[in-house]
Amino acid sequence: MAQENNLLPSGLPRIESLEMRGIVKKFPGVLANDHVNFDVKTGEIHALLGENGAGKSTLMKILYGLYQPEEGEILLNGRPITIHSPTDSINHGIGMIHQHFMLVDNVTVAENVALGLKSSRGLRLDLDVVSARIRELADKYGLQVDPQAVISKLAVGERQRVEIVKALYRGAALLVLDEPTAVLTPQEVDDIFVIFKQMAADGHALIFISHKLNEIFALTNRVSVLRDGKMIGTVNTADVTKADLANMMVGREVLLTRHRPPVTVGDARLEVVNISANNDDDKPVLKNVSFEVKSGEILGVAGVSGNGQRPLAEAIAGLQFVADGQILLEGQNVTNYTPAQMFTSGLSYIPEERMHDGCIKDFSVEENAILQDYVRRPYSNWIFLAFNQIAQHAQKLIESFNVKTPSRETPIKNLSGGNIQKLILARELAREPRVLIAAQPTRGVDIGATEYIHNQLLHQRAEGLATLLISEDLDEVKALSDRIMVLFGGEVMGIVRSDEVTVEQLGLMMAGERAEQVFAAA
Amino acid sequence: MQKSKLNRQFFDRLIDALMPVFAVLAAFAVGAVILLLQGVNPLEAYQAMIVGAFGSKNGLADTLVKATPLLLVGLGIAIAFRGGVINIGAEGQIIMGSLLTTWVGLQLGEQVPGVIVITIGLLAGTLMGGVWGAIPGYLKAQLGVNEILSTIMLNQIAIQIGYYLLRGPMMDPAEVAAGTNIPHSARLIKDIDMPRFTDIAQSLGFTQSAKDLNIQGFLGELYGVLVEPTRLHSGFLFAIVMAVLVYIFLWRTTVGYRIRAVGLNRHASRYAGMNVKRTMVLSMTLSGAFAGLAGAVEILGLHHRMFEPTAVSAGYGFSGIVAALFGKLHPLGIIPSSILFGGLLVGGDKMQRAMQVPQVLITAILGLVVLFVVSTDYLVRKRQSRRVDTSKGKDEKDEDVEGTAVPTTKPEVSA
Ligand SMILES: Nc1ncnc2c1ncn2[C@@H]1O[C@H](COP(=O)(O)OP(=O)(O)OP(=O)(O)O)[C@@H](O)[C@H]1O
Ligand SMILES: [Mg+2]
Repeated sequence: MAQENNLLPSGLPRIESLEMRGIVKKFPGVLANDHVNFDVKTGEIHALLGENGAGKSTLMKILYGLYQPEEGEILLNGRPITIHSPTDSINHGIGMIHQHFMLVDNVTVAENVALGLKSSRGLRLDLDVVSARIRELADKYGLQVDPQAVISKLAVGERQRVEIVKALYRGAALLVLDEPTAVLTPQEVDDIFVIFKQMAADGHALIFISHKLNEIFALTNRVSVLRDGKMIGTVNTADVTKADLANMMVGREVLLTRHRPPVTVGDARLEVVNISANNDDDKPVLKNVSFEVKSGEILGVAGVSGNGQRPLAEAIAGLQFVADGQILLEGQNVTNYTPAQMFTSGLSYIPEERMHDGCIKDFSVEENAILQDYVRRPYSNWIFLAFNQIAQHAQKLIESFNVKTPSRETPIKNLSGGNIQKLILARELAREPRVLIAAQPTRGVDIGATEYIHNQLLHQRAEGLATLLISEDLDEVKALSDRIMVLFGGEVMGIVRSDEVTVEQLGLMMAGERAEQVFAAA
Repeated sequence: MQKSKLNRQFFDRLIDALMPVFAVLAAFAVGAVILLLQGVNPLEAYQAMIVGAFGSKNGLADTLVKATPLLLVGLGIAIAFRGGVINIGAEGQIIMGSLLTTWVGLQLGEQVPGVIVITIGLLAGTLMGGVWGAIPGYLKAQLGVNEILSTIMLNQIAIQIGYYLLRGPMMDPAEVAAGTNIPHSARLIKDIDMPRFTDIAQSLGFTQSAKDLNIQGFLGELYGVLVEPTRLHSGFLFAIVMAVLVYIFLWRTTVGYRIRAVGLNRHASRYAGMNVKRTMVLSMTLSGAFAGLAGAVEILGLHHRMFEPTAVSAGYGFSGIVAALFGKLHPLGIIPSSILFGGLLVGGDKMQRAMQVPQVLITAILGLVVLFVVSTDYLVRKRQSRRVDTSKGKDEKDEDVEGTAVPTTKPEVSA
């Protein structure tokens, strides 16, 4: 059967078909996969869709040999295979790029790729060979990767390409991509999609997990939907609509468009006056930034990531030193307050890197529910934690955001990625803030939860909350914001009413043109 | 196939749970080889060891006497580890604590009621140890000085201060008069001895010995430990109460919560508004305080005078680390663990005397236990992380899972 044209550009044989049959996986308190059937073919990009905690990552980790299923079998080209470890799956040509992947930091790309290899005895000697091979693969697949680059200096998008090269290097014919786009900028997503499509055209099989329906339609041939660990069905992407998929996933109608009713805005709650800030290397990251957010208003912050969004959020939250200028919260000067002082003054901050900065993985759901407020009543009497109150609070968060967890005592590292996100969001909103900074609030959460979060933001807006919404999803920014501020190189390019600006105009501003120029041209 | 997988999981867990036991057994096995090479029958030697440590009332008493400082130091070590800092300066903290306690005893002994002097003495030792722990904590938090280096230096300084005081202002007047110049203090007055077990038993009305009551065998020895005159003192009970308090502190109080949060994830703690640096200083201070308390208890409960500093600290500052690790850094786990290591120390001594093996050999075997315990601990963590989720990156694991984060030199923004 093996013919010449069955080889991939990397020189390895294709995987004609891979089938998972009757997979069952239990965790304490959850049935993560319940007799799941799933298959993928050569040349196909197959989407795996489902709510947070539906069991997508679990299914894929079984395929990759990280988890052992209680039941079920895996067939490769029609023949049953056993996978006990990632080594087995790699030997069978299966590669995986993880949700929240992390590369070893202070090494070069080539070292990183060589690191996990079994035959890395003569590591030093091999590095040249490894580099050459990386270049060759990068060339063939159109992936821009420099084998000598140091990982810690690379942007997320670049790191992701390294992950892909790493998988190809190890001979992946089938590649599992667990939410690869969650951390990418829209531009990076476009770039990587070209590569994915080329890989499929070359005969690779790709499994693609994402919560963004746009991406599913732009990229995939078939979609399989998981719900509560069960396979609901597999359909051709071309035969369905977004609403169909949303229905399959959630089991009810999901509103995909948002309605932003007019509300009367009140006084300015957050005023930022001419602030400037420098990073650790003393490079300016914010230059004379000024704006205000009024009660009842959502101010969207658009911009390609790395243009000052994060320093801005952190300057307000007291995590970034403000070298110049003033920040006022409800008229009170809060410049360079400590984070704790900011939180007591009525700020909530949903950080972008929530997995890292927003929670403690080894703490339980309960313990994470009180991360900022553990000394405050009613969660403690200053000295002792009040476990009843904490449990009640955690329960409230779990219910309000429908967080899937076996129990309140479960360490959150055992929750699915999206459910950790939901817990953090629930916690921040439940603090009843006066001002909210939400950075990428819907990154990594499913469409049902996205709907819920959007509605919550709009609801709180109606209640008078002043929100600074930082997002790279322009549709999200446009749908929710009253006004939009564009940042470029740490400077404000302009603040415009969201219903008076087009996505194209925003794009120009994000590329560094000032609002006056953009509108003068129009 | 299904069944074999379940078995495998169960087996994996079982192996992890028994790993410390394997470690001790492995160390003993290697030790046995060394003993054989020395021409000593290892079975007899180990029998001497076990019987020596646990077989008689005096053996048992000595084991618990040694377990006492191990437990107290171990509690401090656990707090530091949980808070993401490493305290290997317990030796110096013990010495400083015992010095101040002795000084308090010498000064107040005659004028103030015994109970009050004991209380003040314990507090003084705790305080002094705390100060000796706070210094490296502060240096680390404010100046980024590696706490391992600074604690080692502080250990040396403590030893020198000890010698200076014991050869000078604190030297026993009798020695001065005799001109022998042995560096030790006068014996503290009996009023401020922490009560021994036998004293407590007497006051509770247990006056008969095991022989009187005709209790025989091991039960008799056990009864003897509790009632008859041995070296066992109330410091042991005190240490157990402390273990329970530390458990409550770490898991039930706001400060304990903060210490654990900072130890597990510094970034998230900072984002949550916690003062990370201050918390690290606090962890080191508390850690030192427990070592200082161990010194105080040694003085008031056992030695009743200060003598050569390194003989008072007696390596507890290091073996306490092992006891803490063996007890899984859990305050209640450290109780049995410190008794075990106390037993090893006592039993090793007995074995040496019974079998005429050189002292170094005992030290070597203890060292082997340490080595095996620490490396199997590492192995277990690796096995667990591999089993649960290998998608986590290396550096994330270092900080978040192991909780023994390495010192950061990156300045943090906080006022
Ligand atoms: N190691 C684990 N231990 C215990 N429970 C786990 C573990 N991993 C996953 N689970 C549970 O299994 C269920 C499925 O999790 P999984 O990570 O597969 O979800 P997912 O579909 O990938 O969700 P998301 O979109 O949020 O990433 C969840 O309820 C989760 O709590
Ligand atoms: Mg997932």
